[in-house]
Amino acid sequence: MASNKDPFQFQEFEEAGNLLEANRDAVTISIEDEGIKPEKQPKRAAGYSPGGEDEDPLVSDDKEELLSGQKKSVPFWTFEYYQQYFDIETHHVKERIIGSVRPWPMKNFIHVYLRRNPDLYGPFWICTTLVFAIAISGNISNFLVHLGKPNYKYTPEFRKVTIAATAIFSYAWLVPLALWGVLLWRNNKVMNLVSYSFMEIVCVYGYSLAIYIPAVVLWILPYEWLRWCSIVIALCLSGSVLVMTFWPAVRDDHPKVIIAILSAVVLLNALLAVGCKAYFFSKPEPILQVENTPAAVMIKPTSST
Amino acid sequence: MAASEEASRPFAGLSEVSISEDIPVEGDISVPMSSSRRDDEFSTLDEPVKETILRDLRAVGNKFIHVLYPKRSSALLRDWDLWGPLLLCVTLALLLQGGAADSDDQGGPQFAEVFVIIWFGSIVITLNSKLLGGTISFFQSLCVLGYCIMPLTAAMVVCRIVLVGGSGTVSFAVRLMVVTASFGWSTFASTAFLADSQPPNRKALVVYPVFLFYFVIGWMILTFSPSQ
Repeated sequence: MASNKDPFQFQEFEEAGNLLEANRDAVTISIEDEGIKPEKQPKRAAGYSPGGEDEDPLVSDDKEELLSGQKKSVPFWTFEYYQQYFDIETHHVKERIIGSVRPWPMKNFIHVYLRRNPDLYGPFWICTTLVFAIAISGNISNFLVHLGKPNYKYTPEFRKVTIAATAIFSYAWLVPLALWGVLLWRNNKVMNLVSYSFMEIVCVYGYSLAIYIPAVVLWILPYEWLRWCSIVIALCLSGSVLVMTFWPAVRDDHPKVIIAILSAVVLLNALLAVGCKAYFFSKPEPILQVENTPAAVMIKPTSST
Repeated sequence: MAASEEASRPFAGLSEVSISEDIPVEGDISVPMSSSRRDDEFSTLDEPVKETILRDLRAVGNKFIHVLYPKRSSALLRDWDLWGPLLLCVTLALLLQGGAADSDDQGGPQFAEVFVIIWFGSIVITLNSKLLGGTISFFQSLCVLGYCIMPLTAAMVVCRIVLVGGSGTVSFAVRLMVVTASFGWSTFASTAFLADSQPPNRKALVVYPVFLFYFVIGWMILTFSPSQ
């Protein structure tokens, strides 16, 4: 890997520099430009690598022709533009979900599973499933905690669906947007070997949430130690997949910037998990006196956070 | 002059021919076709309003039967309508009212929330199947998804009747069984109609959102508890 790095780092410098110059003028096309840019790398690398990466250049060559042809002809407001992000089959989705919860060391999720073909199916439906899983299992756990209490009246707490949807979808869209912006900015300053398109980052973030679905279902059981165990395990798995994926993109930067970006990624992930647990799942020791009046019930979730 | 007459005659002859051919051709094509169609279409003007409404209701009822016996027939797909889905959706949303939603805090789903979840959910599922390359049209899919809510609406009616008797453990068990059965029924029926429109290696991707959609509706029905 280190021997490959030097020869095409020089090539990449001119290439990305040109693209970034173009990006300043046309902001709206910048997503597509970023999408095309990394596709050109394996092709160029094929000339230098002695044959260890025989498969990747062939595959990406085919995809490059297809994708660049599509992207040139199809603008983003048409139906066909979005169809290319749903161009997946059942076994792809299975592989990607399994890949997102099994962090092999030095295995890049984007390179191994996405292969220049990010999809929106997985992220969207994983987020939707997670929203309903959080709302429903939070409600069930609340019910189990209060089971047998005389003055407890069960409510479906439907408002939690809206709150969970806001939290999850804003995490899955805004954090990738910010990260993409930061990576673009750092690419401008310090030349990095790998750069990701916006859709690839969204895809990684969406699939990294998949591990939280079984974790959230486990949170139904009112054992605090079990919840914390599953949080830690889920955090380790999804956090390590995210870190390993973004490690090549920031590797050539200053150490301080690397630490800042990666710790921000992990911290936001942890914040989502712990925040969801604190807000949607009440503790096993509830305060009994304040349950009768509606105002007290309104205060209760905020005090538990 | 002679030359000019000769020159003008061919034109005159042509124009005569063209005129004489034009008129009968127009008449032959347009008149009988339109008259025969008019007879068929506008004959409903004479019939009583009751018959018109009954005919539409019969079409809706026919589709209900197709949902009850999902045997992969294309009748539900061929002539879609949105009356049945609207009827079922409004019925379900009305039945879900008057429950815990009366208390202001974190109650059950409001009427608008049920309405939005059903319509927005089925639109999203339809878009999803279209984006995955389904061959079914947009409104056909909406029609099928809407009609397949029927078992769940029936379960809601049963739940309300059971809840009149009381809300103990037994009533919860009965409601759970009814809702689970109707949820499975809804999913099975809609899958029978929708799955054929997909390439075989993408069927699971289309069926999963449908499953989630009916699961959420089933959850809303199961957790409904009336105010006392």
